[in-house]
Amino acid sequence: MNGRAHSLLPRRAGEKVPQADEGAPPHPALRATLSPQAGRGLLVVGGIQSALNPAGVQAASIHSLWHVFLWVSVAVYVITVAFFFLALIKAHRRTAPLDDPGTERRMTIAVSTGAVITAVTLISLLVADVATGHTIGTLGRNGAKKIEIEVTGHQWWWEVTYPNAESDKIIKTANEIHIPTGQPILFRVTTRDVIHSLWMPNLHGKRDLIPGRVNKFWIEADRAGVFRGQCAEYCGMQHANMALVVVAESPSDFSRWQEHQRTPAPDPQTPEQKRGQQAFLSLPCVNCHAVTGTDAYATLGPDLTHIATRTTLAAGELINNKGNLSGWISNAPSIKPGVQMPANVMDAQQVNDVVAYLESLR
Amino acid sequence: MGAPTAFNNPYEGNAYAISQGQRLFEQYNCSGCHFHGGGGIGPPLMDSEWIYGNSPAQVYASITEGRPNGMPSFGGHIPAEQVWQLVSYVRSLSGLEPPATVSPRADEMQARRAEEPK
Repeated sequence: MNGRAHSLLPRRAGEKVPQADEGAPPHPALRATLSPQAGRGLLVVGGIQSALNPAGVQAASIHSLWHVFLWVSVAVYVITVAFFFLALIKAHRRTAPLDDPGTERRMTIAVSTGAVITAVTLISLLVADVATGHTIGTLGRNGAKKIEIEVTGHQWWWEVTYPNAESDKIIKTANEIHIPTGQPILFRVTTRDVIHSLWMPNLHGKRDLIPGRVNKFWIEADRAGVFRGQCAEYCGMQHANMALVVVAESPSDFSRWQEHQRTPAPDPQTPEQKRGQQAFLSLPCVNCHAVTGTDAYATLGPDLTHIATRTTLAAGELINNKGNLSGWISNAPSIKPGVQMPANVMDAQQVNDVVAYLESLR
Repeated sequence: MGAPTAFNNPYEGNAYAISQGQRLFEQYNCSGCHFHGGGGIGPPLMDSEWIYGNSPAQVYASITEGRPNGMPSFGGHIPAEQVWQLVSYVRSLSGLEPPATVSPRADEMQARRAEEPK
């Protein structure tokens, strides 16, 4: 299990943390994801995948609403239980017969009051719910629409596209979304196969990805941070391992990332990398993957142009390092049963070369 | 034909493999020539006529080695496992796989709803 990225969750002591390479564009946030501390509180309040640790306007509204519902429910529960015990105690002491007109009148008043309080409470919760939905839905409607991100669900990974009117400025990546802080971002989500649901709990609620339909929603991150998203609609065998990393960073960091991602893949330098590229282009890799600037331009699998800048492999399941990459390209189904990426027949030399090439794709 | 017929498709009658083959048939653009099995640039695959034989091994050879008059060779480009999945699907088009293992739902656009009987 070493190196599985959901050991983004507490990592064993002494386990080596892969370092983001010096040549990589500076992403302090990315390094933070891989630090031993990252995600330690994942399952508790304050985690990187937690609706209780909102990092954006929408998530904050949902969080407040959640608190209203929680505390109203707690109050209702306590009051109900209190009356229940009161009734038990009073029943022992009852002397007057039940059909006494006085008792009946008191009970009518008590039940009517209870019904009214219940109705008012439920209607208030409904109003709070609709108001929150409205706040979430209208954010960014009037704002200058600057950044759009298209997310396409696949079994079992996320295709992420930053569209642009100029085709050489389109960014295609996978399982990792970068967003600038402090501005509304429009997400357009759809799927190539079955229904998925995009859930980045620190930023927004769930939104379904439906075949043949584009769902839209806005998010806005208030602070920088690295968060984890997860598919929230059962979509098959590896549904549980369909995750993604969301990096919210300052607008300047974001534009640096964006500029870098727009460049074509770097040319291989060392003999190893050159052999790796040759192997990559002659092996079945090119049936599904694209590397900008080469003859590989298939769109069935994740775009690999800048794969070495990504923190995870296999949709958030593995940390992106040499060992995991070697295992993944040799026999992905043994790591992630059911995955569409087939096992590849390569000799050790080829595996080494292809990994060297992929690791050079910064 | 001298193609070996002694070895069998490991995915013969395997419903999952046939549906994977169906997916790959579109994704690897077999449809580009064979259309959805009805033929066009390449020969039809849903009829009972097989120029180069209908045994799993013969279909495997057609895919990996190619055939004269336009069928390219995909050997080395498509992993063997996926070739066998394609073999299953191609054979299912003309009813050579058990009907119960074949998906009633086509991936391409349909005039009728997928749920309606053919």
